[in-house]
Amino acid sequence: MTAPLDVPESASHAAPEAVAAGAGRTAIQGRSLGQIAWMRLKRDKIAMTGAGIIVFLVLVAICAPIIVKLFGHPPLEFHREMIDQETQIPKDRFGGIGWDFLFGVEPVWGRDIFSRIVYGARISLLIAFLATLLSVGIGTVLGVTAGYFGGWVDTVISRAMDVFLAFPLLVFAIALAGVVPDQAFGLSGDTLRVSLLIFIIGFFNWPYIGRIIRGQTLSLREREFVDAARSLGARGPYIIVRELLPNLMAPVLIYATLLIPTNILFEAALSFLGVGVRPPTPTWGGMLADAARIYTVPHFAIFPGLAIFITVLAFNLFGDGLRDALDPRGNR
Amino acid sequence: MTENEPLLSVQNLQKHFPVHKGLLKRQVGAVKAVDDISFEVFKGETLGLVGESGCGKSTTGRLVTRLLEPTGGKIVFEGRDITHAGQGSLRPLRRDMQMIFQDPYSSLNPRHTVGAIVGAPFRIQGVKPEQGIKKAVQEILELVGLNPEHYNRYPHEFSGGQRQRIGIARTLALKPKLIIADEPVSALDVSIQAQVVNLLEDLQNELNLTYVVIAHDLSVVRHISDRVAVMYLGKIVEIADRKRLYSAPMHPYTNALLSAVPVPDPRARADRERIRLTGDVPSPLNPPPACRFHTRCWKAQEICKTVEPPLEELAGGHRVACHFPENAPEVPAGSAGTPATA
Repeated sequence: MTAPLDVPESASHAAPEAVAAGAGRTAIQGRSLGQIAWMRLKRDKIAMTGAGIIVFLVLVAICAPIIVKLFGHPPLEFHREMIDQETQIPKDRFGGIGWDFLFGVEPVWGRDIFSRIVYGARISLLIAFLATLLSVGIGTVLGVTAGYFGGWVDTVISRAMDVFLAFPLLVFAIALAGVVPDQAFGLSGDTLRVSLLIFIIGFFNWPYIGRIIRGQTLSLREREFVDAARSLGARGPYIIVRELLPNLMAPVLIYATLLIPTNILFEAALSFLGVGVRPPTPTWGGMLADAARIYTVPHFAIFPGLAIFITVLAFNLFGDGLRDALDPRGNR
Repeated sequence: MTENEPLLSVQNLQKHFPVHKGLLKRQVGAVKAVDDISFEVFKGETLGLVGESGCGKSTTGRLVTRLLEPTGGKIVFEGRDITHAGQGSLRPLRRDMQMIFQDPYSSLNPRHTVGAIVGAPFRIQGVKPEQGIKKAVQEILELVGLNPEHYNRYPHEFSGGQRQRIGIARTLALKPKLIIADEPVSALDVSIQAQVVNLLEDLQNELNLTYVVIAHDLSVVRHISDRVAVMYLGKIVEIADRKRLYSAPMHPYTNALLSAVPVPDPRARADRERIRLTGDVPSPLNPPPACRFHTRCWKAQEICKTVEPPLEELAGGHRVACHFPENAPEVPAGSAGTPATA
């Protein structure tokens, strides 16, 4: 404790509620479970570091055009003058890293690696976030339905989950990406490829969330507050939306956060195989694929590899911290 | 509904849970949780329903409030048969019949504020009180002894006794006529139990409520009930008004239960004759034939194993299901008609 203070008379008679409420006695605000979890999360330094990196990456992705304008060259612009024409590798030491080209230049075409990484962040994060959103949407709806209604509804949805989980996703993605033409569904080019990827990754990953939500719903269904709502005359939709869903938000958030790095890696894998977003649009996986062929220039592979690694690590650390913060044991 | 008609009448109520086995899920047996019970509850009185764990009393509570559907028998509430009524037609009735739940920790949604929990009945039933839901909720909170300023607090910020009060407040929101209290104080400390029981009594006097209190603590039931029904393995073995049940119990099982109530005074404890039952409670999957208590009863004879004793009225308002009741009057009381309350 600190040095003795001159405590005014009123403070010694302060009621416990006023102390707990913090500011003033005018309106006592309770601390919701969410607020308590947030306080716990803030104390977790590692999780906060992960969160910081995520925020930084999202900002980079959003402000990509500005950043590239200020610090780099357009990502598709060739800079053959930096390349030694015989060996096809950058002339300068360290692969052309300097104030002009922050991460150096690519071999062969001489494109600015820095701006390609920055734009690649856009693709990776966009696809990962939207695919996760799709998975979470489908998974939550079907998981809650299966868990709450039981019976044949549960059987049908659970078998569907088994089917989706057994799907050879990578093979299917390669096949589909190879088959779809350049123009379809009213979209074309990059937009089409990105939408396709989001659909493939998101649509086939829903059982991951679905199974977890179904399990949580099964146990929540037996809690007495559901009986209480039913004894008041509440119907299924009311119970699902107002009683069950608020309690499901915690696992949804945790597993969504942990699903994102999986999706980032998946998109990188697809780009690496050449079935993701088509070149010359920069993607981290695509850059790794190019780097694999020209392995004499190490920095070409290091930067995209490091980018993927740091992103995935940040999400995993944050997701773990989130899971600890929302741990039910602490919520009593 | 006339003065003499019971508010709630349960006749031959039955709930069998089927047991399925095998790939085709054939029914191989049934858990006879509630097997042919009958009782009435009159307006303004408190009926206590006691028994061991697993005797079917909580199931009875859920059947009466129609959270479960009976597999047999009849439930009549305010003169209306609600045994197999659909959930739609039950909804308006739910305003008059409410339930207090046992576990104060799981009967409140941890994500809702107290205001949302106690205000839920208004929202679900579409009732708009004059002064607004918030004011109505705060009034009820005061009625059960909670600070109305705690409207925005969450259940985890309260103690067990306070949470049970919140549950009671939720029950009272729509001013019900009948309240089924399913072990309302079992999860609380003894001193808090006393507070909550007293609160229930005060509310009954103030709001003219009718209670069915399900409990396994006989001393609590003794304090709050007007009449008491004793259940064993899905059947009611004795119903009587409180005084008569506690002073002159007739069924051997009731005797054993009463002798098991803890006595605080060590000297009185030594004087008391303690009846110990041998054996375990049989499984409701396969209850003993005829009188269900005969496997543990010290008075069991041949007839107890072959003929099921009916729930008969032996003294005024005192009904027992036993072939050899204790404390039975020499001449059976000739009271005809419905049993009178004490």
